Amino acid sequence: MGGNQWLADLSVVIPDAGDWLARCDSPGMFTAQIGWSWMLDGWIVVVGALAAVSATLLGNFLVLRKMSMLGDAITHAVLPGIAVAFLVSESRSSVAMFLGAVIVGVLTAVFTEWIRGVGGVDEGASMGVVFTSLFALGLVILVRGADAVDLDPDCVLYGAIELTPLEMVSLFGWEVPRAAAILGAVTLINAAFVGLFFKELKLTSFDPALATTMGFSAKWVHYGLMVLVSVTAVACFESVGSILVVAMFVVPAASAYMLTDRLGVMILISVVLAALSSAVGHLMALQVPSWFGYRSTTTAGMIAVAAGIFFLVAAAFGPRHGVVVKRVRRIVLSLRILCDDIVAFLFRAQETRAGSEQLRGVTAAQLTDALFASGVSLRLATWLLRRRGEIRLADGGLVLTEAGIERGQRLVRSHRLWEQYLVDQAGRGMEEIHQQAERFEHFTDRELREKLATQTDRPELDPHGSPIPEEG
Amino acid sequence: MSHPQSTSDDPPGSGTPSAAPSPPAGGVPVDARGADAAAIPLSVYDLTVAYHRKPVIWDVSFDLPPGQLIGVVGPNGAGKSTLLKAAMDLIPRASGRVQVFGQPYRKNRHRVGYVPQRESVDWQFPVSALDVVTMGLYDEIGWCRPVRKQHRERAREALHRVGIGDLADRQISQLSGGQQQRTFLSRALVQDADLYLMDEPFAAVDASTERAIVDILRELKSRGKTAAVIHHDLQTVPEYFDYVVLLNMRVVAHGPVQTTFTTENLQKTYGGRLTLLDEVTEAMRRREGGI
Repeated sequence: MGGNQWLADLSVVIPDAGDWLARCDSPGMFTAQIGWSWMLDGWIVVVGALAAVSATLLGNFLVLRKMSMLGDAITHAVLPGIAVAFLVSESRSSVAMFLGAVIVGVLTAVFTEWIRGVGGVDEGASMGVVFTSLFALGLVILVRGADAVDLDPDCVLYGAIELTPLEMVSLFGWEVPRAAAILGAVTLINAAFVGLFFKELKLTSFDPALATTMGFSAKWVHYGLMVLVSVTAVACFESVGSILVVAMFVVPAASAYMLTDRLGVMILISVVLAALSSAVGHLMALQVPSWFGYRSTTTAGMIAVAAGIFFLVAAAFGPRHGVVVKRVRRIVLSLRILCDDIVAFLFRAQETRAGSEQLRGVTAAQLTDALFASGVSLRLATWLLRRRGEIRLADGGLVLTEAGIERGQRLVRSHRLWEQYLVDQAGRGMEEIHQQAERFEHFTDRELREKLATQTDRPELDPHGSPIPEEG
Repeated sequence: MSHPQSTSDDPPGSGTPSAAPSPPAGGVPVDARGADAAAIPLSVYDLTVAYHRKPVIWDVSFDLPPGQLIGVVGPNGAGKSTLLKAAMDLIPRASGRVQVFGQPYRKNRHRVGYVPQRESVDWQFPVSALDVVTMGLYDEIGWCRPVRKQHRERAREALHRVGIGDLADRQISQLSGGQQQRTFLSRALVQDADLYLMDEPFAAVDASTERAIVDILRELKSRGKTAAVIHHDLQTVPEYFDYVVLLNMRVVAHGPVQTTFTTENLQKTYGGRLTLLDEVTEAMRRREGGI
C-alpha cells in the first residue's frame, strides 16, 4: 500500500487533484507542435495575465511594506500545506486542498510575525525559519503518506500553463478554461479588495502606528492582505507554478515603483506590465528558442523573464530612479553649461577687445585654461556650437557668429543682472556674487531676466561696473 | 478608589479649569475624579510598560492640565515615546490606567491627534504631501469610503497653515526635513483634535520650521487645545512650554515650568548627565525671568 496506489486512487476519483501533481510532462513539447492558435495560445496568455494581474495587485503593497519575500515564503509553504490538508482531512476534494493551503499560507504569515516579536529577529530571518520548516514538514508528510510521490521539479517551478486550455468549464454559457475561471475570480476579489480598502491599505502601509491610533487596525489589514496573498498563491500555483507567482508578487510592482511616485498610478502601471509580461512572455516562449535551433520553452518561465526585462528597462530609464536617465540628464546639463560658458567667455573676450584693431579668435588652449574643462568635453562642446552656427573658426581661433553673440548677450545679461540683484535685494557681499551669478545664469530665462530687471530698476551697469547688455 | 465618571455635558476641549491665569499647584498629581475627569486631556495612573519583561516605564502617574503646552522631557531611553504610544494603546501595558478626557483611549480617539517621529515612516513611499495630510481625515471619512474633493481641499488648507501649501503635490521624499515635519504636523492639524501628542517634532528641523511649529503650538493653545510634546532641547523648554513632565523611566516631577523645571529636578532626571551648559542656561533664565 504505497503512495502510488493512493495517487492512482485519487486520479480516478477526482481527475483534478491527481492532474495537479501529474500533468506536468514536459510542457514545452506541447506548444512546439501547435504554432500560434487563438483557442490555445490566446487562452494561455489570458490565464497568464490573470495570474500575473491578481498577484501584482497585492504585490504592490507587499513591495511597499518591504515584505516582498513574504509572497515567496507563502508560495513555498502552501505546496506541502496541500499535502498536509490532504492527509489530515482525508478529503479528496479540491476545496479541502484549497482551504488547507490557504490556512497554511496564513499560518506562515502569523508564525513569521510571532517569531519576529518573540524571538526579536528581523522579518527576513523569521520568514526563512518559518517557510523552510513548513516546506520540510510538508515534504516529510508527503513522503510518509504518499511514499514515492514523484514531485516533479518542473511542475513545482513552472506549473502547467500550456495545458490549461485543455480543461474547459462552462461559465455563463461560455466555454472557458477552468484555470481562467478560477484566476478570473481571484483577480476580481483582489481588485475589489484593493479598490474598497485602497485608503486603508495606503495608510497602514505608510504609517501603521498612526493607522492604529485612528482605529484602522494595521494588524487586521495585514492579515486580510495575507489571506488574499495565500488564496492568490494557491490559485496561481496550480496553473502557473511557483516561479511565476513569486515573480508576479514582486517584479511588476517593483518596476512600477521605478516609474511613478503616485500609489494609484503605480498600481495601474503594475497591472499593465503584468498583463503585458504574459503576452510577451508567451510569444518569447514560442519564438526565442527557435532562433537557437531549439523547440519552444516553458511559458511560465518566460513570463517571469519578460517581467524581469521590463524591470531592467524601468530601472534603467525610469524617471524616478532610472540610472540611465539620471546619467544622461546630468551629461546633457553639464554639456549645456559648458556651451554657455564658452559662449559667455567668447562674448566677454570680444567685449574687451571691441575697441582695439587686433580682433583675434580665442584659442582652444585659452578656453581650457579659463574653463577648467577636459579636452574631450571641450571638443564636444565646440563641435556642438559650431554645428549650431553659434561659433566659427576665424582669425586663428574661435569667434562668435551673429547667433552666438545673441546667446552671449543673454547669458551675460543674466549674469550681471543677478549680480546686481544679489547686492541690491539679497544683501550679498561683492566677493560672493560672481560665483552665485555664474551658477544662476544657466537657469535664467527671458521671463526671469525681465523680473530681475524690474526689481533692480533696470540698471545699466552691474556692481563691478561692467555694462549690462540689452535684451536681444 | 472609584473610577471617575464621565460627564457628558462638559463641552469638548474647554480648557478653562486650570488654564486660568494661575497655573495649578505643581508637582502634586491631581487624581482624575468626578466631574473634572472629562476635562483632563490625559490622565495616566500607575502605568507600567515592559519589553521582554524588562520595564521601560514604571508606575507613571500624572494628569495633564487642559489648554496648555506640555513638554515631555527626559534622557534617551527614558521611555518618552513609549509613554505616548502606551497612552494610545499602540503597545500593551503591563499595568495601569490611561484616560483621555475621562474615557478609555479608544472611546475618545477622534479627539487625539498623533504626530509620530519623522523617522518612523518611509519617505520614499509613493504619495504626495497632500496625500499624507489627507490621511488625517481617514478616520472621519470612515472605512471603505473614498476620499472626496472637499477632504483634499481641507488638507490643502492645512498645508497652507503650516506654510507649505505650494508643495502639496510634491512626492514626500522631495521635501526637506523641515517640510516633512510640517507635513506631519498639518496631518495632525487637519484632524482638529483636542489633545495633540507629538513625538519630537523639533528633531533636526531648520530654524524657520522650528519657529513655524512654535507658532502653531501657540495657536493651538489659543484655541483651548492641549499639546504634549516630546522635546530634547532643554534650553527652549521654558520658552515653548507652560508645563513639563520630567521622565526617566519614572516620573521625576511634573508641574508648571516655573516651579518644576529646576536644576535640581533636571539633575534627578538626567542623573549626572546634565551639563554645565544646561546649568548656566537655567541660571540665566532665573536671572532674566525674575522668579
